[in-house]
Amino acid sequence: MTAVNIDTAASTGKAKSSVYRRAHAADLSAVGEPFQWVLGGALAMGCVLIAGLLLLVFWNGLVTFWPKPIEVVRLTDGAMVAGEPFRTESFRVTADQLAKVPADKRAAIATDDGFADRTLYRTGNYDIYNDDFRWVPDYEVASVERPADMVYVERLEWGPLIGRIKSAIVNGTAVPADRLTPAGLAAAHDAARARWAQIQHIERDLIGDVNHTIEKARLRVRSVELSSGADSPAYRAAQQRFSDENVKLQERFQALTKQAQALRAEDAKDTVTFAEIGGKEKAVNLSAVVRFFQPNELSIFGKIGVYLGRWWEFLSTEPREANTEGGILPAIFGTVAMTLLLVIFVAPFGVITALYLREYAKQGRLVAVVRISVNNLAGVPSIVYGVFGLGFFAYIVGGSIDQVFFPERLPSPTFGTGGLFWAALTLALLTVPVVIVATEEALAAVPRSMREGSLACGASKWQTIRRIVLPRAMPGIMTGIILAMARGAGEVAPLMLVGVVKLAPELPIDGYFPYIHLERSFMHLGFHIYDVGFQSRNSEAGKPMVFVTTLLLILLIVVMNAAAIYIRNRLRRQFAGSQF
Amino acid sequence: MPDGSQVEYDKTVYHPVRGENGTALDIEKFSLWYSEKQALFENSLVVERGLVTALIGPSGCGKSTLLRSINRMNDLIDGLRIGGQMKIDGRDIYGPGIDVIALRKRMGMVFQKPNPFPMTIFENVIYPLRVDGVTDKTMLEETVERSLRGSALWDEAKDRLHESALGMSGGQQQRLCIARAIAGDPEVLLMDEPCSALDPIATSRIEELIDELAGHYTIVIVTHNMQQAARVSQNTAFMYLGRLIEYGATETMFTTPKAERTQAYITGRFG
Repeated sequence: MTAVNIDTAASTGKAKSSVYRRAHAADLSAVGEPFQWVLGGALAMGCVLIAGLLLLVFWNGLVTFWPKPIEVVRLTDGAMVAGEPFRTESFRVTADQLAKVPADKRAAIATDDGFADRTLYRTGNYDIYNDDFRWVPDYEVASVERPADMVYVERLEWGPLIGRIKSAIVNGTAVPADRLTPAGLAAAHDAARARWAQIQHIERDLIGDVNHTIEKARLRVRSVELSSGADSPAYRAAQQRFSDENVKLQERFQALTKQAQALRAEDAKDTVTFAEIGGKEKAVNLSAVVRFFQPNELSIFGKIGVYLGRWWEFLSTEPREANTEGGILPAIFGTVAMTLLLVIFVAPFGVITALYLREYAKQGRLVAVVRISVNNLAGVPSIVYGVFGLGFFAYIVGGSIDQVFFPERLPSPTFGTGGLFWAALTLALLTVPVVIVATEEALAAVPRSMREGSLACGASKWQTIRRIVLPRAMPGIMTGIILAMARGAGEVAPLMLVGVVKLAPELPIDGYFPYIHLERSFMHLGFHIYDVGFQSRNSEAGKPMVFVTTLLLILLIVVMNAAAIYIRNRLRRQFAGSQF
Repeated sequence: MPDGSQVEYDKTVYHPVRGENGTALDIEKFSLWYSEKQALFENSLVVERGLVTALIGPSGCGKSTLLRSINRMNDLIDGLRIGGQMKIDGRDIYGPGIDVIALRKRMGMVFQKPNPFPMTIFENVIYPLRVDGVTDKTMLEETVERSLRGSALWDEAKDRLHESALGMSGGQQQRLCIARAIAGDPEVLLMDEPCSALDPIATSRIEELIDELAGHYTIVIVTHNMQQAARVSQNTAFMYLGRLIEYGATETMFTTPKAERTQAYITGRFG
């Protein structure tokens, strides 16, 4: 059949011909455009979800520390409520409540299908009312004011206090009435806080030092007792030395305690008495006030000052009040230390394993089985690793280490319990499949021509791997390590079993030999979120802290990943243009 | 490819030019199997020291396989078996007790595609010395200059020795690979279609270079390009379906081939 025939068939459109004529856009799949929309739509949806999550966390996290005004609410029954308005919601008014509502407001509720609005106030004063928050329905409100003299007090204990300054005593003498404001008391407050820091220094650092020395001396004696027996002359000599030393240490201890007591007596002379809105009074040591200010009167700069001050406190101090207040420095430190340690463990382990699997092992059935098993390990629930880490690492390995190296400390465990070291090792085990898979792929992607070039130069297999293959695969390996790091830093469940605790003010690094204490339990941001949000006495108070801590955890992971990606890109630039 | 054993072949015709320095490689009835498939059938040829020997033939005739058997690059392939012998200076390359790494150090190899390592030009050239653990700086610098001059790259590369080799053009990269191959002062230079990825100008540079290198080194070159074989080699071997059909002086091969199949290939009737 010739081309002419086809043309005639096409132009008449009738002639029965066996020549196939291509149809135009007969099928939806031939057009393609709708599918592009579907694919793009899926991507857009993913982006929206992630952006929404980040927006939620960022917004809630960033506004938490912004000082809110204090509203004083006079209720219809004459009672007064003072607090920060937290949030407003509409609720269904129950029949009991409705019975107490005056008739005119009842009609308004009825027109709203039985719904009314209510506001949650953070009233503080937990020590007086046993409650931090109070719902106030709109129909009970007679008037709302924002008086300038209301003071928001952040305390070391019992959470915030909201009230007015009634009187103050500084150094035993009453402060005149015109200086009874946070600004007027600022100088005295600073002095009291400095004194408080000094007391802390004496009680924690200096006395802690003495206790540490005593403990070390005791362990030395115990160690002599274990090695030479309880009735050996060596033991008696050691005990003698210990008691001599102990006398001196006890003297120092007494002196320090006396010093601290003197400071505390001084401290007790500075008090400030607050009157809360219901008329009850509460005297607080000036040193126990972390921060106090009059939010209704603050200028924008004052608010920024309070905001930044709260952030700084959050980032640089230890938690207090069951973690709902204060800072999270130990948690930040624990998270970073554990993640770095995890990378130190997982990187060599994963890379070496993958090297053997890909380069040396004979590619047979056994290797295939091993590879599948490794891939499946990535899908094992993380809590299983936690159980394994606790049972094997902490109890068996750690227990044996204690028996051999730290017998004098028993029965209190050193390595025989959860700690930073075991946590990092457990997470390394959890994330090692990621590194192995990524490394294997990176190794497989090194062109054969590179290996052959090296081998033809007389390089051995190991020289080829070390000089050509590994550098070339390094960006891919780094990607695997980054993924492992991201997964490890965000993992919580196994950590609860192998070393993360609610409160561990002792950082794993300090001034006592050997300076790095990998056996210590530690705090972790991920666990902190769980603890603050769902394990504290007041989940409403913890909620903002959950967002702030989440924000911080996300930022921390972003920073660590960014650092790793920066390193990877530098490596990659070295190999740029290596394709022909 | 039809099963080689069922095809009737010409008896190998054998008339190579003999060099003045004797034989470098002596290949005797060399056969090779990839698992079950036989790729080479009892090939025998001698490679004269100091001459350029070209291997030509249609795709899949086994010329690359034969070349890669000389420095045992085929060892990387699983399920490889060989038969016959291949000798360098009278020692069997595949004999027991042969140190493959030491063997490869006596040979340089240039591949089809330029494969410079992702390092500086300097590091690329001295790679064989690095592998040997040489740290003497003057020795390394002298080697770089000698090898780059030897591969006619010195003038272009001397000012950028410490830049990445990957920034060079394809022809320069291939000459760099030649410099790397001769840096370790090998006896034999194996070239596996060294110009197939290059443009005509780069190709002619490499050909000139092969001319210059001949005499210093024994060169075995695999090529698809018959003109190239005619230009650069003294001896040519024609292979077909894993068998050596004719091995002889290049001049004779391209003017009056003795085997009928060689004649057919050279005149372009097949292949």
